Amino acid sequence: MEVNREPIDPRTLRARRLSSHQLLRGSVIEGPNIPAEHEDLTDEEDLQRHVEERVLTTTLDKAVSWARGNSLYPCTFGLACCAIEMMSVVASRVDIARFGFEAFRASPRQADLLILSGRVSIKMAPVVRRIYDQMLEPKWAISMGACCSSMGVFNNYAIVPSDKFMPIDVHVPGCPPRPEALMHGILKLRSMVQEDPTMGWRERYDAVGTEENLPSELPVVHHSVGRPGEGNGA
Amino acid sequence: MPDATGLELLAQELSEIEPGAIVDTTFFREKGTLHAAPGSIRVILNALRERGYASLRSVHGLDYYPDEPRLGVHYELLDMVKVDRLTEALRVSIEDPEIDSVTPDGDDGPGWPTADHQEREVYDMFGVVFRGHPDLRRILMPEDYEGHPQRRDFPTGGEPVIFTYNEKRFDGGGS
Repeated sequence: MEVNREPIDPRTLRARRLSSHQLLRGSVIEGPNIPAEHEDLTDEEDLQRHVEERVLTTTLDKAVSWARGNSLYPCTFGLACCAIEMMSVVASRVDIARFGFEAFRASPRQADLLILSGRVSIKMAPVVRRIYDQMLEPKWAISMGACCSSMGVFNNYAIVPSDKFMPIDVHVPGCPPRPEALMHGILKLRSMVQEDPTMGWRERYDAVGTEENLPSELPVVHHSVGRPGEGNGA
Repeated sequence: MPDATGLELLAQELSEIEPGAIVDTTFFREKGTLHAAPGSIRVILNALRERGYASLRSVHGLDYYPDEPRLGVHYELLDMVKVDRLTEALRVSIEDPEIDSVTPDGDDGPGWPTADHQEREVYDMFGVVFRGHPDLRRILMPEDYEGHPQRRDFPTGGEPVIFTYNEKRFDGGGS
């Protein structure tokens, strides 16, 4: 059976992938699939191609925040019944280890995420604050459940909301929140750390283009007046 | 447990030891309660200890608002040989909530060391002052806390919580 092999344009993605596979196998550029007119690449062009294929460039900040967001170490710190839900986050059902948060550090000096899991009473608040102060920068805090977000579902004389004595990044509502809810809160925090706070909801809800911009931020657009059909619409 | 008749007999016996010490008895759901005069609680408890109720299981406070006298203190006693329970209750007014502590040893007999922390809790939550208590401080609330939060007329809830829908009201602007 005769196979009709058409020569591949080396600029296509498929050709680059093939050649990178060959690179990995050790057979450098002179493979049988590389057309003859590309054998006369200069060293500089060859290096250029090599860099394009093998190296991903980014900023240091992005790389660091990506790494940080994927290795949040929570502090081993439970306050009340919410802590039971927090513990089950580590278990197999909603496995927190999938995202790299499973290492609950036993000391606040080694942790960078404090999950306030439960009620904080007036007497406990200075203790919590001290634990938070002992954590090293950068540090984040999640307020889990109704008690430490809004003093609980009942009127109470003994509880302080956690916003009163320390900065909170994410509030997880519920009494207690399900482990999935805490997981969602932690993932929200991760996306916050990695500087994508929207988590792509515009794409999911088909809302691209509905961003609210301040008038000062709007780009200056010169409209061509009076020629219907050529504008951008309404 | 003493039945209703046994409870009356016990009350009679105690009244003979100290006249006027027992003001009332109630027998409710198979459980007897002796209502004592506040001044003679140490005598009553020691007399009950000699009759077998040697273990003080609990001391707790109550607020009978709006009835007078408002505050109450209950002592739950247990006879550990016969497995027999008895409640010893007393009432104090809210203007002068002061009774004898049963914690320390005294001239009228040994004390009940287990009452130490529980009397502190009753003091913390209801404001009953126990005379002669070795260390009457707040036990649960912070030491600079004002008021006794388990009293019925204590205001519940510390402060309004700000949500998105009502934050204008609390920020000083009109809602």
